[in-house]
Amino acid sequence: MLEIRNLNKSFGALKVSRDISIEIGPDQCHALIGPNGAGKTTLIHQISGVLQPDSGYVALGGQDITQMSVWQRVQAGLGRTFQITSVLPSFSVLENMAIAAQAKAGSSMQFFRDAATETGLNETARATLDRVGLSDRADMRASDLSHGELRLLELGIALAADPKFLLLDEPMAGLGRTESAALITMLSQLRNSLPMLLVEHDMDAIFQLADTVSVLVDGSVIARGTPDEVRADSAARAAYLGDGMA
Amino acid sequence: MMDRSLIVAGCIFGLLLALPILLPVFGAGYLTGLIIKAMLLAIAAISLDLLIGHGGMVSLGHAAFVGVGAYAAAIGLESGIENILVLLLITLAVTGLVALVTGTLALRTSGVYFLMITLAFGQMIYFTLTSLAAYGGDDGLTLWSLATLFGSDVVQNGGGLYYVVLGTLLATWWGIYRLSRARFGRVLRAARDNSERAEVMGFPVRRYRLVAYVIAALIAGVSGLLLVQHAEFVSPALAAWQRSGDLIVVVVLGGLASRNGAILGAFFIVIVEEVLGSFIHEWRLIYGPLLVLLVLFAKGGLSDLFAAKPVRRAAQ
Repeated sequence: MLEIRNLNKSFGALKVSRDISIEIGPDQCHALIGPNGAGKTTLIHQISGVLQPDSGYVALGGQDITQMSVWQRVQAGLGRTFQITSVLPSFSVLENMAIAAQAKAGSSMQFFRDAATETGLNETARATLDRVGLSDRADMRASDLSHGELRLLELGIALAADPKFLLLDEPMAGLGRTESAALITMLSQLRNSLPMLLVEHDMDAIFQLADTVSVLVDGSVIARGTPDEVRADSAARAAYLGDGMA
Repeated sequence: MMDRSLIVAGCIFGLLLALPILLPVFGAGYLTGLIIKAMLLAIAAISLDLLIGHGGMVSLGHAAFVGVGAYAAAIGLESGIENILVLLLITLAVTGLVALVTGTLALRTSGVYFLMITLAFGQMIYFTLTSLAAYGGDDGLTLWSLATLFGSDVVQNGGGLYYVVLGTLLATWWGIYRLSRARFGRVLRAARDNSERAEVMGFPVRRYRLVAYVIAALIAGVSGLLLVQHAEFVSPALAAWQRSGDLIVVVVLGGLASRNGAILGAFFIVIVEEVLGSFIHEWRLIYGPLLVLLVLFAKGGLSDLFAAKPVRRAAQ
């Protein structure tokens, strides 16, 4: 579904992506782990379109999206969540979902019809709120939500646009144990129908969700395989999983 | 909340509709002229509020489009075109083109850089207008013949210009009201709230902002055309950055994203300027502190005085 092929990226003399190739099939959850400074964020930026790779390409569902801008990639079906929560704070929770749905429902260069009364958008928005369990928060301002609820809203925004692929940048960041567990349950339901790339530090989440794992160190993938294989890999252990983390 | 804004708007427009009947001096009246002036200021301010209030784009060059619109109409008149509909098309075409070019470049920036670049474009336009020697240069140009509607003087001071301006104000109010609630306005507000998020929702943010920028400029251009009809005079001062500053004051004083606020702000400024100016030469000495007080005590602007909730004080 998502194919990253021979991606290279340097900032001056610093090589942050070295010949990275990752292939994620349909209905597959692939996790990306690595220590801080390994180049995870740079890789995410190249997948989402914030940064252009120096060489190599990114394809989504067989379509080369390397040259596309951020919004074009979203239109092409790449949904994403941010490591640092990013929603529309002055919008209601429902409207956050509705505008995300709006991006995929025809042109938004519409100047007269009242968007808040568009039933199609509102139905998608409510259905998505249901999926992420925020239905009772629909009319609240997004800025009044708790941190955990904001993480769910953010996931909902990505889902409301009916993506083909989900890029999750540390979705568990800042969540408590119970909230994490709930989010893991939710993601494990999603992963049956939606392929995803999960960038995460939370090992519980990775071992519960991921089919395959890549370990990124110094811009290179040094190990890949099932979670158990990676756990057994000596290079990966040395670089990242060691010191009792696994 | 929304209903209330419609009620306030109903009162404002009802009053403006009835005023010429109430005023015995309709036609050549000094007060009528004053109200026309305020309504034209309000039209330009509402268009600027589309950028500032809804789009979060603070332009310090918006008056330049009033100037461009006014000069496009004036030059059309000087070349012998008298039909106001033809002049309107010329005004829209010229203003739209200038906005498209300057907007494309200006919107590569945001925040304070956008403010600086719009100021720069505004001043470029201002100096371009001062260099039009054939049309009065620095001094401006008095127009001896004015536009007509197929020969009728309904669009002139002696005729029905008051109602033409009022109708334009109403159309602007209504148009921006619909637009701000439509899909387009929603995207614009999303980009103001969090432009990165809007982009990652799949919206080409800069394109939406450019369309808003051009729409705002077109409205400002039309106010310039009507200003020519009213003042029977055009000068580069219309496009000066101080005029853009005045427009920002009207928008902020009235309350962001509030069309009623922009109207109230415009009337407030025009009336205060006229009243204070009539009995003290240094009226700006009073005007300045007055603005400071208003901004401090009516934080949401004049429109807040009519809002459902009491005025919110800054949280300390």
